[in-house]
Amino acid sequence: MNAVRTALTTFRRAPLLNALSVTTIAFSLFAFGLFGLVALNIRDALQKIGERVEIRAFVADSTPVETLTTAADDVAKYPEVLRVDIVTQEQALEKARTELGEFKDVFQDSFLPASLDVKLRPGFRDPASVRRVADRIRGLEFVDDVRFGEEWITQLYRLGNIAGVAGAALGLAFAAVAVIIIGATIRMAVLSRAREISIMRLVGATDRFIRRPFLIEGFIKGVLGGLVALGLTYVAMRVLGQYLHFETVFFDRRLAFLGILFGALMGFLGSAVSVGRHLRQV
Amino acid sequence: MIRFDRVSKIYPRAAAGAAALRDVSFKVAKGEFVFLTGPSGSGKSTLLRLLYMDERPTAGEVRVSGYSSKDIRRREIAKLRRRLGIVFQDFRLLEHLTAEQNVAFALEVIGTPQSAIAGKVARALTQVGLASKSAAYPKELSGGEQQRVAFARALVNDPFILIADEPTGNLDDRATRGIFQLLRDINATGTAVMMATHDLSLVRDFSYRCIELNHGEIVFDSADAVGAALLSPTTPVPAAPVQRMPLTAKAAGETK
Repeated sequence: MNAVRTALTTFRRAPLLNALSVTTIAFSLFAFGLFGLVALNIRDALQKIGERVEIRAFVADSTPVETLTTAADDVAKYPEVLRVDIVTQEQALEKARTELGEFKDVFQDSFLPASLDVKLRPGFRDPASVRRVADRIRGLEFVDDVRFGEEWITQLYRLGNIAGVAGAALGLAFAAVAVIIIGATIRMAVLSRAREISIMRLVGATDRFIRRPFLIEGFIKGVLGGLVALGLTYVAMRVLGQYLHFETVFFDRRLAFLGILFGALMGFLGSAVSVGRHLRQV
Repeated sequence: MIRFDRVSKIYPRAAAGAAALRDVSFKVAKGEFVFLTGPSGSGKSTLLRLLYMDERPTAGEVRVSGYSSKDIRRREIAKLRRRLGIVFQDFRLLEHLTAEQNVAFALEVIGTPQSAIAGKVARALTQVGLASKSAAYPKELSGGEQQRVAFARALVNDPFILIADEPTGNLDDRATRGIFQLLRDINATGTAVMMATHDLSLVRDFSYRCIELNHGEIVFDSADAVGAALLSPTTPVPAAPVQRMPLTAKAAGETK
């Protein structure tokens, strides 16, 4: 309790220095957060595109509806498959008419074949899985042809991979920068109180006693910095969203909490390291 | 109570062969008053730092109140310091705290219950004659008064020894005499005092024990047989030590 009071007193006593260190922490977390937001949105966009990965199996004209229904149920049981829709000849025609409005008179009855439209579960939208499922469906005797835009899926998959690797590398770099900046900030706070620490040691305070307020202080600064960073990131997203006319995704509650926790942890660990090093020196 | 046994100290970054202290041995008894003299750089501060275990000897052993420099742990150093009073030339007060709060600080950081703090602080400030200025900040006090606050902080835990490193170094003559009188009063209550100083007039005027250092070695200790002989005008002085006979010894011998 005493340590908490001491930690709070420091904020009152040196408001400028402490505001500065909270701001520094906030901005380094803000940079990390902005990056995270971009990564999140790219992932989200890729995922949305990925949902359009679809296998379309065209069936022979003579296939009875019952056979189609049974086959659809079977295919739906494949572990990779999310959903199977039966598209009858009429539905196919209807769809073609709405999608290609100006040519709607060109199409005549029964011009298009019926099909099974197969959507895959997330995680099975990579080229290999899609091909595997497609081959399996091709093996059904009433299936004439199977289409799944192989080239497009391969491209999408590569894009996703690049985004993932680049994201991880950049994320690590941003996190490292945040750690270093926060560490330096906290070290400054410790050094600004070097005199106090030396007096504490002189009159017989234990290392633990000396360390505790710094840990609490670091934790509080981390949380405050994290909250400010979260606010800044949110504002930045809204502003960018307005200019880019792009529907952006913000961190969900869990990610926001993790971000603040990261800040708090940085503050705490940064303090522990800084004070520890300082205490070993004196 | 305090024993230095063939203590040497060489700082890691010092020039080769330059020892801050070399083969220093002496004892301090309970309640004793000891001057530690010698020119700047002779090792006085190093000796005191070894005494409050801020440094460990390179060779030899320092024993203070049952703790040995050989095996004392960090936690125990903190415990030991609670029983030592330490003051410096530069007072080392916290500017943002009043006199009273500076003294209380020493109690708070070792976990003294709040209820006990006010009484102890008032007593310590009274002892150093500063009860009326307890609410003043260091910058509102004179040098002598600031040093008194530092003394109050050192005394508030009832130390068995007061270690003072050039406590009058920043003070004028009048304040010096006042602080020295305070040290004598503290000593009169049974607290040992070890005071480093190069104010020879103090050493000459009072017949307390005096240890003189030069280049990290004890060149004179008035408690030794040799030192005692030097101080006594009737005893013939042995030949060898005379060549090393220090200024203070000569002075003390003359005034007797």
